[in-house]
Amino acid sequence: MNLLNIKDLNKNFKQENENQLEVLKNINLKIKEKEFISFIGPSGCGKSTLLNILAGLIPASSGQVMLKNKLIQNPGNDRVMVFQEAALFPWLTVIENVLFGLKIKNIDKKKAYQKALDQLEAVQLKNFKDSYPHQLSGGMKQRVAIARALVIDPEILLMDEPFGALDEQTRLMLHHQLIKLWQDTEKTIVFVTHNIREAVKLSDRIIVFGSNPGRIVEEFKIDIPQPRDRENPTLVRIENKILKLLEKEIKKQGENTYEKIAT
Amino acid sequence: MKKLLPKTIFILLILAVWQFLFQLNIWPDFLFPSPRMVMITLIEGFKDRTFIFAITASFKRLLIGYSISLLFGLMLGVLIASFQLIEDTIGPFILALQSVPSVVWLPLALLWFSMGEKAIIFVVVLGGTWNMVINASTGIKNVQPVLIKAAKTMGVNKIHLFWKVILPAAVPHLITGMRLSWAFSWRALMAGELIGSGDGLGQILMWGRDMGNMSLVITVILLIGSIGYLTDNFLFKKAETIVLNRWGLNSK
Repeated sequence: MNLLNIKDLNKNFKQENENQLEVLKNINLKIKEKEFISFIGPSGCGKSTLLNILAGLIPASSGQVMLKNKLIQNPGNDRVMVFQEAALFPWLTVIENVLFGLKIKNIDKKKAYQKALDQLEAVQLKNFKDSYPHQLSGGMKQRVAIARALVIDPEILLMDEPFGALDEQTRLMLHHQLIKLWQDTEKTIVFVTHNIREAVKLSDRIIVFGSNPGRIVEEFKIDIPQPRDRENPTLVRIENKILKLLEKEIKKQGENTYEKIAT
Repeated sequence: MKKLLPKTIFILLILAVWQFLFQLNIWPDFLFPSPRMVMITLIEGFKDRTFIFAITASFKRLLIGYSISLLFGLMLGVLIASFQLIEDTIGPFILALQSVPSVVWLPLALLWFSMGEKAIIFVVVLGGTWNMVINASTGIKNVQPVLIKAAKTMGVNKIHLFWKVILPAAVPHLITGMRLSWAFSWRALMAGELIGSGDGLGQILMWGRDMGNMSLVITVILLIGSIGYLTDNFLFKKAETIVLNRWGLNSK
């Protein structure tokens, strides 16, 4: 069943010279329930903008996004977002951070605390519940951010390059944890990244974006079960295909800037 | 503790120079007292409770005025940070007001409220408010956008967003504002008490002058300086360090 339906969506930004910049053009996409879908593309292709529109943080210029039968216009805790900077509240302890969204939901205090504790256990940070964010490493902060989002039990988890600022080792560990969480919770995940290997390793489906204007170029389905072996020939083949596509896009982008400079 | 030794030596050195100048007998004793005379005045003043009463009276005014300026400053700061129109109109005005030494308001205060409590508190409020306004508005404007976005996707409403995210996120700036406000309120209070009478430390300073008792004057100056130093160093700097650490803003 389709959970999210993006229909004829356009997003323009007004530039300083009064020209409209087409950030997203004619986006049509259906996202299924329990799907792990990745957006990948060169910088400036609008993939993060689309994620922000799905979150309801910014409005689309035209077109619409439906979550089940509901039109998305505002942020809501049925779609929680995880950012590259973990965005934890530094004045709250780890457990208080995880409780933040539950307090808004007005869940019974004891129940909420137990939920938060269980969620911290799921990301293996129960022992750090009373620590403050500044005492945690980057990877730990990101795990708290994921726990804080999942504990709210949203329909969709939106992730904006969540592992982009982490070192390779931490990143690999978190891939493993995220896949396990995804399988356990059966959440729908929309994952924005610029890392092809990451996208191929994690996703059921990869949407490749091109820039200028930002649009969907191609779509890859990957039905290889998790956990996946990086050396799997199908994965390597898809990885190379996406790489070629992106190279083409980046080259085109380069020519465009060159033309702009030349004229 | 390592720093204690040079500090002690420095203070002893000042006392030695002071004593030396005293013994040169250039000025009469009542104009230039010895360290010993000041020490005696200090002990006597605490023994007969003059200083205790004066400090209590001063602090009462200070706390009233300071609380009002914090409240006032915070409210104005929030308004300036929230509405561009208010920032464009009141903003520059606040900067101008901040550069006016608060004692300048005293003649006005004396005419409006006549001699006494209210006039001095008025001056203290005007001394403390503007720094709080500026720091509060800067703090609120500089809240990391990603924190606000994160809270929004977790479903907060506007009131919750302000109280649970924006205000706490601005605390490092608010603490700095509180610290500066305190320092300026303290200065304003002393100036106000000097001229505006009452029974605080500033007024004892005036007695000292009227009675030609320089020993008392110097003792009170030392008291004013010490109280200012102690509150700043042990109250506000400590609070600031704790906050900066917790908010992850301390580079150390």
